[in-house]
Amino acid sequence: MGKRALIAVTAFSAIVWIILFWIVPLPVIILTVIAWIVLLIFNKELGAKILFIASASAAVIAVGLICVFLFAQGIPAMLDIGVLNFLTGTDWRPTWNPPLYGILPMIAGSLYVTAGAILFGVPVGIFAAVFMAKFCPRRIHKVLKPAINLLAGIPSVVYGYFGMVVLVPFVRENFGGNGNSILTASMLLGMMILPTIITISEHAIRAVPPEIYDGAVALGASHESATFKAVLPAAKSGVTASVILGIGRAVGETMAVRMVAGNQAVMRMPHEFLSGTRTLTSNVVIELGYAYGDHRAALIATGVVLFAFILLINTMFMRIRGRK
Amino acid sequence: MKFSISNMDLFYGDFQALKNINIEIPANEITAFIGPSGCGKSTLIKSLNRMNDLTEGCKITGEIFLDGENIYGNIDVNALRKRVGMVFQKPNPFPMSVYDNIAFAPRTHGIKSKFKLNEIVEKSLRDAAIWEELKDRLKKSALSLSGGQQQRLCIARALSVQPDVLLMDEPTSALDPISTAKIEELVLKLKKDYTIVIVTHNMQQAVRISDNTGFFLLGELVEYGDTQQLFSVPANKRTEDYITGRFG
Repeated sequence: MGKRALIAVTAFSAIVWIILFWIVPLPVIILTVIAWIVLLIFNKELGAKILFIASASAAVIAVGLICVFLFAQGIPAMLDIGVLNFLTGTDWRPTWNPPLYGILPMIAGSLYVTAGAILFGVPVGIFAAVFMAKFCPRRIHKVLKPAINLLAGIPSVVYGYFGMVVLVPFVRENFGGNGNSILTASMLLGMMILPTIITISEHAIRAVPPEIYDGAVALGASHESATFKAVLPAAKSGVTASVILGIGRAVGETMAVRMVAGNQAVMRMPHEFLSGTRTLTSNVVIELGYAYGDHRAALIATGVVLFAFILLINTMFMRIRGRK
Repeated sequence: MKFSISNMDLFYGDFQALKNINIEIPANEITAFIGPSGCGKSTLIKSLNRMNDLTEGCKITGEIFLDGENIYGNIDVNALRKRVGMVFQKPNPFPMSVYDNIAFAPRTHGIKSKFKLNEIVEKSLRDAAIWEELKDRLKKSALSLSGGQQQRLCIARALSVQPDVLLMDEPTSALDPISTAKIEELVLKLKKDYTIVIVTHNMQQAVRISDNTGFFLLGELVEYGDTQQLFSVPANKRTEDYITGRFG
């Protein structure tokens, strides 16, 4: 291990962390200092090892701290309101006296837009992945691949802007309502989860051993049936994983949804897909700016629920990945 | 004659993998291709059901006739592959149930009736002599079978479309001796109904099961004839050197 590389790694991680977040680097910095002392005085191998552990643990420490802060503030609020009241209450009236903190409308809102995103995004995404892996000439692939990567890199506020100026008027004129609706948010989210689904599914389809395809073709199956009936089923776990990751992205998306969903904290039924809705994420971002006291704590508790959802989705993702 | 190949050359890009091949493969007999690695024997067998079409840069000149019809002429390739089944070197069952593996091809070719599919699955597995072992495990994943069972399942899968010809590309090279013996026994049994072309690395295997043998070297067909004759009194010096183990 070159000394120059060690200096670069240390300097880089220190600068990044100090800029990002001052609490997290403390343990990392302490470890790093210890690492350097060991490195210079005692044993180079051991010092380098500690340094790498310090870098690797930065991510774990960050997750741990987020959990601690979120739960420390959110759980007491939830208990205060009453877990059942909080999760199943259909009225969100933080300014009433006494205030009502029921987040069921937001849980439903998150579920609706996510389900809608799956409806719009998953079939298109999987077919696009099949096309890219098995049908697309190399020349077109060269254009398509970077385009999809670019789609993944567009900031969500830009998606939101596109939704406001294109999708909202489109829905208003063709389907009715004022355009800020569950449907609009679903369409936009469907678009946003495409790169996740396409990239991971394409990878999974390409990872299927060529013998599977050859075996199907040797039985007289056409290119299409070999692809859809033999190769795609063989890539099932990877494709499912991509869908779950896409769902994770849809549940967590905030800015774009907030810009097109209308944001009314009102309990909606699925057939009211032309009305506005508010998701868990937008609930936090809309009100946290001016909330204080119990109201603020209730918003953080909303974050806890969101966190639980994401945890669930990630666990499912890892289960499916591990099954292979 | 089932296959008759005349003046066939095969190129991978600029590299000539087969040189002026002329060979006649008789029906309902087992024909073995032997030779060292890279001699072109696998390439030739893959030309018989046009699997070489999938290889980029592969070009073929000359003619290959199947029952008098030029398979590189204006024909339906999928129909050809239905008539000329193939078993690969490495068992390649689809990652689905035993039943679905066998039913895959009939379904692809449009058979929907559950009754008919059941019939085909049973018949194919019986023909591949694996029905007794698998009849209670039809719903189990094919990947849970042993290597030898997987290979016989792949043979059953190839039989599910009722081909005329069975091409086998080193079908036992990944298997243990007991599984190998079972497959050889099966191949001998299948000869009654099918024309079999088998590529093998194992000269004893060619002696044990084949009626005719072709010896390939560096893309050329050095010698072709009756198996007993070729192995006891080879006409060509290079054949003799190979079968007596001087090289290869």
